[in-house]
Amino acid sequence: MAAGLVEVRGVHKAYGTLEVLDGIDLTIQPGEVTVILGPSGSGKSTLLRAINHLEKVDRGLISVDGDLIGYRRRTDGALQELKEKDVLAQRTRIGFVFQNFNLFPHLTAFENVVEAPLSAQGRPRAEVEAEGRALLERVGLSDKADAYPRQLSGGQQQRVAIARALAVKPSVVLFDEPTSALDPELVGEVLDVIRDLAATGTTLVVVTHEIGFAREVATNVVFMDGGRIVEQGPPAQVLDAPQHARTKAFLDKVL
Amino acid sequence: MSTAFLSKDDTALVTPDAPPVVHDEPRVYAARHPARWVATAIVAVLVAMIISSLLTNTKWEWGIVWQYLTWPSVLSGLWGTIRLTATAALIGFGLGTVLALMRLSRSPLLRSVAWTYTWIFRSVPLILQLLLWYNLAYLYPQLSLGVPFGPSFASFDTLSVIGKFGAAVLGLGLSQAAYASEIVRAGIIGVDQGQHEAAAALGLPRSRQQRRIILPQAMRTIVPTAVNEIIGLVKGTSVVYVLAYGELFYIVGVIYGRNLRVVPLLIVAGVWYLVLTTVLTVVQYYLERHYAKGALRQLPPTPIQKARWGAGVTWSRLTGRPLPKDLPPGYARGARNVLVRTSRTAAL
Repeated sequence: MAAGLVEVRGVHKAYGTLEVLDGIDLTIQPGEVTVILGPSGSGKSTLLRAINHLEKVDRGLISVDGDLIGYRRRTDGALQELKEKDVLAQRTRIGFVFQNFNLFPHLTAFENVVEAPLSAQGRPRAEVEAEGRALLERVGLSDKADAYPRQLSGGQQQRVAIARALAVKPSVVLFDEPTSALDPELVGEVLDVIRDLAATGTTLVVVTHEIGFAREVATNVVFMDGGRIVEQGPPAQVLDAPQHARTKAFLDKVL
Repeated sequence: MSTAFLSKDDTALVTPDAPPVVHDEPRVYAARHPARWVATAIVAVLVAMIISSLLTNTKWEWGIVWQYLTWPSVLSGLWGTIRLTATAALIGFGLGTVLALMRLSRSPLLRSVAWTYTWIFRSVPLILQLLLWYNLAYLYPQLSLGVPFGPSFASFDTLSVIGKFGAAVLGLGLSQAAYASEIVRAGIIGVDQGQHEAAAALGLPRSRQQRRIILPQAMRTIVPTAVNEIIGLVKGTSVVYVLAYGELFYIVGVIYGRNLRVVPLLIVAGVWYLVLTTVLTVVQYYLERHYAKGALRQLPPTPIQKARWGAGVTWSRLTGRPLPKDLPPGYARGARNVLVRTSRTAAL
């Protein structure tokens, strides 16, 4: 079985009195491309950040390939919070791509890509460097290996960030609005890379406003509003024949 | 045909068969700044007055200054100052970094201990701390190594462990740590939150996140303030004369106490302090340049490069020779066009 099964069960999360996640249940099958849509403030990003434990949830469980994220089941059935070290180890199985790229500005593109496999996974340098070069080539930036992030365009930076996320060989890659900070003419090059990635069978979860991309690439579209999943299904169903008024209203606005 | 920008004569030339009119690049004259010239002249006169008084007033006794500048005991005092500064800076920034990380820790005890440390050591004057450390033997005549609240393995006389140098270094270093911790903390919290998140999301080990990702970026803000502090420390070591430790200021004091050449010997010390801070300033420039890697699209030139390029451009403007070949793009933009008014060009 291919790796990359993500299960979210009864997840709640509140900031003060604001329920950002209000009972989320979601299963993402290995190799699926899930696109999460929804108005801003609907909890999409929080859900994504909860999956790799950048955000702790108040209730509910999240697991990747059957392993609980952030916790361990004790023999008495209770949950034991994991040490930071173990949480960090879990994160190397989950890639994360940020809206603002968050590349390390003092490291070159190549150094950004090889950092995690070397220091978090402790893999041999020669192997990691060969893979790093291959990854940069895959995102079309082999000539920019020695450039610093500020010397690259937004689209190029995001492609380096994707290569960096892939370098740890994650079974799931999470994209948090990967094209929202880009100039319109640069969106295409980043979506192309994600589209290629989808074809390789890695599980992808993409929060985005690119409806066209969702229709073309997604196997499953999830529409969220007010911290809940309003409806989900294949793109043809959710995008072209939405069942809920809120989904319709949202799609009318963005299309 | 729209040729409004051409004169009547020009339009007459523009006929289908005529060759196109060639417009020369216009000649450009540099703007004149009369007020700047007046200000320059006034300042030049003032500078000349200062230099002349320095040279003609015999009471400066430059001969004596020169003689004592490399006097063996002055040099040993200089070495004392360097040793104090280096050790105190090392203790200060080492302990300061630990304190900063404690302040940012999730443990309330570590946070409050670090806060209290900074509170106390920033509040008490340095000179008071120095005298306190020097009198530590009064409070604790014996220092011992052993299990806390348990047996001790070895003990020493406090006086033999903490001498003048020890007291001076403790006083300077511990109070420096209080300031350094705030500088390091400011640097760390100044790094974009996204960087902390990206490092955590990649699963980098905690120590690696700090050492490889956060601290190098924090150094951009830390270096200028830290060098400022170390320059303050160089001069702060002069307070140690209260312990009669042989640093520069104490030594020149001893010498002028004997030969009564007060002013020339103060100048000797002043010159050496100037040299030390100059060295630190140069170090600062190169450190900043190092940590600017990636933060700037193009690194600033080194002073040597700047001097070479500046001379090359001036030479080319005055003589009309080509600009130096290795000028970075955009350097001295327009230098080719702007004429400096010389007798030759003024006639045009």
